[in-house]
Amino acid sequence: MKDAFINRKYVITSLIILATLGLLIRLFIIQVVKNSYRLSADNNVLRYVTQYPARGLIYDRNGKLIVYNQAAYDIMVVPAQTARMDTTGFCELLGISPELFRKQLHLAITYSRRAPSIFLKQVSNETYARFQEKMFMYPGFYVQPRTLRKYSRPVASHVLGYVSEVDDGVIKKNPYYKPGDYIGKSGVEESYEKELRGRRGVKIYLVDVFSRIKGSYAGGKMDTLAIQGTDIVSGLDLDLQEYGERLMKNKRGSIVAIEPKTGEVITLVSTPNYDPALLVGRVRSDNYAILSADTLKPLFNRALMAYYPPGSTFKPINGLIALQEGVITPTTLFNCSNGYLFIGCHAHRSPLKLSDAIAISCNAYFSQAYRRVLENPKYNTLSDAYDKWKEYLNEFSFGLKIGTDMVNELPGFIPARTYFDKYYGEHGWKATTILSMGIGQGEILVTPLQMANMTSAIANRGYYYTPHIIKSIGNGGSANPQFTEKHRIGVDSLNFEEIIKGMDAAVNGESDNTAGIAALKEIVVCGKTGTAQNPHGKNHSVFIAFAPKDNPKIAIIVVVENAGFGATYAAPIARLMIEKYLTGQISNKLLEQNMLDLNLMH
Amino acid sequence: MARSTNIINRIDKTCIVLFLLLVFMGWINIYAAVYNEEHSSLLDLSQRYGKQFLWILASVVLAVFIVIIDNRFYFFFSWFIYGACMLLLVLVLIVGTQINGARSWFELGGFSLQPSELAKFGTALALASYLNNKHQDLTRMSVFLPASAIIVFPAFLTILQPDTGSSIVYFSMFIVLFREGMSPYIFISGLLSIVLFFLTLLTNNLYLTFSLIAIAAFLLWLFTRKWKLVFLASAIYIVILSLMYLLDHYVIKAIGNELVVFISLVLAGVVYALYIYNKRAISALIIYLFLIGSIIFVNTVDYSFNNLLPAHQKDRVNILLGLRSDPHGTGYNVNQSIISIGSGGFLGKGYLQGTQTKFKFVPKQSSDFIFCTIGEEWGFLGSCAVIGIYLFLLLRLIKLAERQRSDFSRVYGYSVVAILFTHIFLNIGMAVGLVPVIGIPLPFLSYGGSSLWGFTILLFIFLRLDASRTEYLV
Repeated sequence: MKDAFINRKYVITSLIILATLGLLIRLFIIQVVKNSYRLSADNNVLRYVTQYPARGLIYDRNGKLIVYNQAAYDIMVVPAQTARMDTTGFCELLGISPELFRKQLHLAITYSRRAPSIFLKQVSNETYARFQEKMFMYPGFYVQPRTLRKYSRPVASHVLGYVSEVDDGVIKKNPYYKPGDYIGKSGVEESYEKELRGRRGVKIYLVDVFSRIKGSYAGGKMDTLAIQGTDIVSGLDLDLQEYGERLMKNKRGSIVAIEPKTGEVITLVSTPNYDPALLVGRVRSDNYAILSADTLKPLFNRALMAYYPPGSTFKPINGLIALQEGVITPTTLFNCSNGYLFIGCHAHRSPLKLSDAIAISCNAYFSQAYRRVLENPKYNTLSDAYDKWKEYLNEFSFGLKIGTDMVNELPGFIPARTYFDKYYGEHGWKATTILSMGIGQGEILVTPLQMANMTSAIANRGYYYTPHIIKSIGNGGSANPQFTEKHRIGVDSLNFEEIIKGMDAAVNGESDNTAGIAALKEIVVCGKTGTAQNPHGKNHSVFIAFAPKDNPKIAIIVVVENAGFGATYAAPIARLMIEKYLTGQISNKLLEQNMLDLNLMH
Repeated sequence: MARSTNIINRIDKTCIVLFLLLVFMGWINIYAAVYNEEHSSLLDLSQRYGKQFLWILASVVLAVFIVIIDNRFYFFFSWFIYGACMLLLVLVLIVGTQINGARSWFELGGFSLQPSELAKFGTALALASYLNNKHQDLTRMSVFLPASAIIVFPAFLTILQPDTGSSIVYFSMFIVLFREGMSPYIFISGLLSIVLFFLTLLTNNLYLTFSLIAIAAFLLWLFTRKWKLVFLASAIYIVILSLMYLLDHYVIKAIGNELVVFISLVLAGVVYALYIYNKRAISALIIYLFLIGSIIFVNTVDYSFNNLLPAHQKDRVNILLGLRSDPHGTGYNVNQSIISIGSGGFLGKGYLQGTQTKFKFVPKQSSDFIFCTIGEEWGFLGSCAVIGIYLFLLLRLIKLAERQRSDFSRVYGYSVVAILFTHIFLNIGMAVGLVPVIGIPLPFLSYGGSSLWGFTILLFIFLRLDASRTEYLV
């Protein structure tokens, strides 16, 4: 009976051998043929831990620290390592709600059970200290140090910009960035992002499947250290910046002050503004939403983006062009009978020469001078003359972006001839049609930065350096070679002297001054008031000035929106700024107090 | 004593050497799997390798003890041992400790015991005893059914724990029944149903059914060599199928395509039956019944898989078949295991150099997934060596089984082969991603006292029987 089945041992033997063969083939495939598993194994066991660099510091022109870093701590979680724990105590410790706890943990689990995720971003020092003591009670949680921005004073938010976490768009566009990185947004933080960000390092650890660090890989030989961001020095004067912001409190407007010799921006104020600390850390996105929704638009950088008609502060430029074009001389006289054609003027002596016209701010004078510029027989047509005039303006960078080191700069608006062709028909416009541009009204729109640059060019008698915030990077020299390049204006410096004579008289003149309030005892301030008509309400009060007259150290513009005459508000503020910058103190405390207390925001 | 010495001399030395080789390899690989510089002594009893050393010592003592006992003890007490094992399997369901969701452990103090590891040799003894000396004819149901019951009963008890892996091992003993004369059809059906099982899960039922019908038609031609007959049978089926389809499509509208195909086949069977009855065409009958059986099987599997199988088992099968991918969830173990083994390459990373192993990427590294350590640190060569040793042992055991004089010893020997083979194949197959994750240990290598002792007893009882194969049992 059993012999009948003896051959079945071969069947069983073959079955066993076949199965064994199957195992061997499979082993051969995964061990010898495919080598992708080896790569998987490397990723498995090595954890690349990013070492985040601290951003570079930002100093003011006197070496005072403006922006530095504070330590912040991200609470990380590895869901697979968590165990039963006192959730209530944990939430109290971190000051979070149980709902947030569940939500964050769920998010982390959805991302990965075994890889670390950020559980709570940027907790404070105090929370970190408390958490550190009790961390052992909460397995699976640990702390990753980061750095956040800190500001020595709550000022210059528009200049500095802010820092936020990179979004998907940035990551897609720029391969340097990885999720969790910080990036500068707006202001200096954005334009000097490359210098400030430093370089990420990486530490390679051996980790086991529970993400527990087992030691350094290859004794740390493959690690790269994080390189701290480069420190940068700005041309800002922190004290003056703060003073400017105090003066502009409760007013809408802007101050831009430039050192004419270098183009360095000494002060750049735009109000309403905000405390830069509001846009740091965990509160950033909430605060940003609040600031965005604010009807006062505190995020809007007026110094670079607000368009104003320059008003009478534009008269020096038109005077310069008329001189240069030879249509007037310093002694040319124009009559003013309370205005010229449809352009009105205030009562003053008549006729006037150029410097007097600037000091008195005569509309009739500059309307007539402008008309001569446009009807200059040197040019065949009005349009050609207009183009020449526009060319001069472009040399001052009106109608163009200056190319400063701040983002979001706007070009302003100087209409091209085609603009009028379109509006009035090709030969439908005459000099008188656009005469109001001669006194800085009409279609012209400029930004405070452009006006400050113009003032700087006047102070320099014919050239300017591109205004810029940052004067040097690290120990090296200028941030950008363009900033040391002299931009010459095609106007003789002698012609500038005539204009400056007028601006001197406007402030320091015996009787005809329109801006006597800006005069200082020891220092010769040259200035020009402006009262920019504004369709939206009361006129804007504008004042441009530089000082001292010889070897100028500061060129400044002050714009106070809807405040009325330039002499009333903008001029005194400019005077206080100049005095503060040049002497370090204020002689007229009453004026200072009045300006500080002034509230135009109700 | 003279007799004992004599017996020890007659024990098969090859198997002893292989046994010692395997337990030694197990020990050093467990050391590698849980290697920790703070506890670098191989004998540190706080670590698994230290404990395994104790289990090995104990199992050697156990082996000596088994060999000293008279061979007739195992024969006479086989039913008693089987009964005791079954009792333990029942008891563990009631008072056992639940570990990893299965109630399969007795815990007494710090010591734990897994009765299903011991019940295997008990079952083998009972089966051997039942099939002994009566010239049992396994083609007769009166013999086959009780023999099956001996196997299925402990399998049923372990599946209640639930420990699917161990219960599958019991079913492997049908290999023994095959050797002893069970109908090859049952054996082939068994193998075929395993193939069909996976095909069912991998493919569309309807396509599978049509493929089965096509295979049946081919088989019919193969056996009868009559084109006309095959053509006629197919034509009859197609006509009935078309009618049924139209009927369902326009009148009943509720049967569904799969059932239409099946009902048509049954109706066609009535016509076929006439032919079969007239011509006494046994082969046609068998083919037809096979076809019907297969289709029923396929649909049952499909239904049970989707509706009856516990979710985690379903996941494991789905992941193995590539129907679902989940490298960090259920598939994690397998994925990590394949990565470990694959990263070993041809020569391996060297002893104690396995990064995957060392840093605990593979769960149950020292027990169920011990093969990962071997694959990673010893490479393809080492893996081949281990598998080679196992193959050598299995073939050696078949050889020993075939030289037995008594049915009892032979059946027992084949049971040992079947159990060891299933463990080895399923365990390594699982580690390399060839079979679903089934938690069963690798014989002699995996960490664990219960499994090591279970396999030691299993093997050495047979070696003891073989040593006195010249003596009669009764």
